Amino acid sequence: MSQDTTAHHDDHHDAHHPTGLARWLFSTNHKEIGTMYLVFSLAMFLVGGAMALIIRAELFAPGLQLVNPEFFNQMTTMHALVMIFGAVMPAFVGLANWMVPLMIGAPDMALPRMNNWSFWILPFAFTLLLATLFMPSGGPSSGWTLYPPLSLQGGNSLAFVILAIHLMGISSIMGAINIIATILNMRAPGMTLLRMPLFVWTWLITAFLLIAVMPVLAGAVTMLLTDRFFGTSFFNAAGGGDPVLYQHIFWFFGHPEVYILILPAFGIVSEIIPTFSRKQLFGYTSMVYATASIAFLSFIVWAHHMFTVGMPLGAMLFFMYATMVIAVPTGVKIFNWVATMWRGSMTFETPMLFALGFVVLFTIGGLSGLMLAIVPANFQYHDTYFVVAHFHYVLVTGAVFAIMAAVYYWLPKWTGHMYNEKLGKIHFWWSTIWVNVLFFPQHYLGLAGMPRRIPDYAVQFAEFNMISTIGGFMYGFGQLLFVYIIWQCVRGGEKATAQVWEGARGLEWTVPSPAPLHTFDTPPLVDDSVAVHKDTLA
Amino acid sequence: MAHSSYYVPHTAKWPIVGSVGLFIFMVGAANWLNQGPTGPWLFALGAAIILVMIFGWFADVIRESQGGLYNQAVDISFRHGMIWFIFSEVMFFAAFFGALFYARVLSVPWLGGEGTGAMTNALLYPGFEAVWPTHGPAALGGDFQTIPGFGLPLLNTLILLTSGVTITLAHWALKRAQRGALVFWMVATIVLALIFLSIQSYEYVHAYRDLGLTLGSGIYGSTFFMLTGFHGLHVIIGTLMLIVITIRCAFGHFSKKNHFGFEAAAWYWHFVDVVWLGLFIFVYVI
Repeated sequence: MSQDTTAHHDDHHDAHHPTGLARWLFSTNHKEIGTMYLVFSLAMFLVGGAMALIIRAELFAPGLQLVNPEFFNQMTTMHALVMIFGAVMPAFVGLANWMVPLMIGAPDMALPRMNNWSFWILPFAFTLLLATLFMPSGGPSSGWTLYPPLSLQGGNSLAFVILAIHLMGISSIMGAINIIATILNMRAPGMTLLRMPLFVWTWLITAFLLIAVMPVLAGAVTMLLTDRFFGTSFFNAAGGGDPVLYQHIFWFFGHPEVYILILPAFGIVSEIIPTFSRKQLFGYTSMVYATASIAFLSFIVWAHHMFTVGMPLGAMLFFMYATMVIAVPTGVKIFNWVATMWRGSMTFETPMLFALGFVVLFTIGGLSGLMLAIVPANFQYHDTYFVVAHFHYVLVTGAVFAIMAAVYYWLPKWTGHMYNEKLGKIHFWWSTIWVNVLFFPQHYLGLAGMPRRIPDYAVQFAEFNMISTIGGFMYGFGQLLFVYIIWQCVRGGEKATAQVWEGARGLEWTVPSPAPLHTFDTPPLVDDSVAVHKDTLA
Repeated sequence: MAHSSYYVPHTAKWPIVGSVGLFIFMVGAANWLNQGPTGPWLFALGAAIILVMIFGWFADVIRESQGGLYNQAVDISFRHGMIWFIFSEVMFFAAFFGALFYARVLSVPWLGGEGTGAMTNALLYPGFEAVWPTHGPAALGGDFQTIPGFGLPLLNTLILLTSGVTITLAHWALKRAQRGALVFWMVATIVLALIFLSIQSYEYVHAYRDLGLTLGSGIYGSTFFMLTGFHGLHVIIGTLMLIVITIRCAFGHFSKKNHFGFEAAAWYWHFVDVVWLGLFIFVYVI
């Protein structure tokens, strides 16, 4: 009976596959849904990027030039929300959708219908969020952290923003549940946990973080909503509440969120560096443990985002030391990446260039993070451009560079064509040079005392701001080249082989390029000859 | 290999319906909060679409399950889905419990002048004493009394704990294929759930009308009503689950071995039970 239905099922796989809009609206296929996530993410990356350019244009010279301060604040708020929830997170979920089933030998995601829902909530959530910009009272302008009391004093946008965040949260939680269920339940026979590619491992841990903290964000913004509209006093000292309470709850979400934005990037880099070094990843098991340690530590460091708010000394010491401990597992990772390259036969195709750019530039962001962890220094750096420089190094040259590396790495598998290598290299060098022109001067601005989220500044900051803005526009418009390269690769190009890269190992390279709509309907048998990593414990 | 016949539906029409429903619901809610005239209508329309979606989606899943399309692996995926969903709910409640603990242990004593709060107290709120329950230095919402724990809340605790027993008896009956006992204990569980909800509603009316305790009664009112309110909402959701499962039991769904739908509802019911124990201890008693 069950065999009967299976055969029946397979017969009808492609025969009735809908076309046109219906194909995308009703899809249950992990590859199609992955593609939708990635396209959506790219669109949001450009929208958020345009907002960043408005910010940089205003800061090109001192004085108020282009936009009024209210709109400037809306841009800083929206830029962050769009980039975090609209660009980086969906990009990683899209990559997980495409690659996790291929890497573990699963026929699809564990819960295919819910997968569709996770994606299709996002365009609606961002419509709700972005629509606030066109309302008479404008968009949210309190910064993406929505600290009360400021966020409670804005216009009509607050309710829309909070409900949009709820939608994003629902989407993220369902996406994360799906990824965990897929990884834990859908692995091909022989794909033991310690044979899994590191991208799968990092996503397993990321999914756990998402399920643990997105509901906490939902709680925090719900309290904002009831404080504003239903007379509660969670964040109102007159009623016995405390505005600082919001910051604690928010950053209890916010710090794990930062690692949600970077752990999959670690996974991507751990796939790419071995391929182009033609060596196995150095210290595979330690990479897994380091990832888990970082995830654990992310729950006990949140208050380092709010050292200046006024906390007991003991709390500050605890959060300072706990934060510095994160440098240990992160150092393990960076050591392992470098050790993987040691004496490898390295080549420098575009994915490898972006991965190397990641290792170097993310490390800069990590080191400025250590500086920020030191409480007395933090009192000086807090809310300055030094913080802005720090998190853009980890998020742009960290997360975004890793996503770009992943796109170049797997694009031939997705499209069946090689991208234009020459243009890819130009894209890398262009981005790397200008992103440093964009963000490096911001360290100096911050150390010299320029505050963040302010549309105007004292004249002594003029030169570095001008340089930064030039870097911003060059980097920003350079990303149109990225869009063009993807477009060109989708349309045609040199045929890609199944393995694509000479040194590539793992199940995703055993299926043809482009990967057919349905892969691994019959699960492959995984042993040490196919697995990326030998399971030393099995 | 069980793996090879993992059921992957070809297309899914309900998710996009759900997304449109959620969108209309949220737009309606936001409009309503901002006193927009269309708010309540859009809110209701969105809610209706979401209900249709839930009904239709579950009907599809039940049909497929009854049709024997699901193998062991699909069952395990559903189990993962439910476990991690409940974990996300636990974390949602954790945020509100966190707010309660923070207020009681840290911020209210600081307002009363403890630790680094000495100057805050002296300059901003002189004379404010840190006691719990409190509605803050400004005495927001006026005078109020609290609901004593060892009255109706204790009764409610016993009712919920008993409902945990009755649903387990129902489970045992299911595993022994005693259909009559199964339905009986399920109905008993639902009756207990409804009694719990009635007592909670009575308590809310009593608090608002007689005790002066409202959502606006400072931090005490905020934490009390948001914690018990979200719990009550989850009890309502759990009760609806129990009702649907009971109807399915009466229709002969589920077998001795294969009854994940039942177990999912039971897990959820135990989850609301455990949350209540936390509420009873930290909101009502201590």
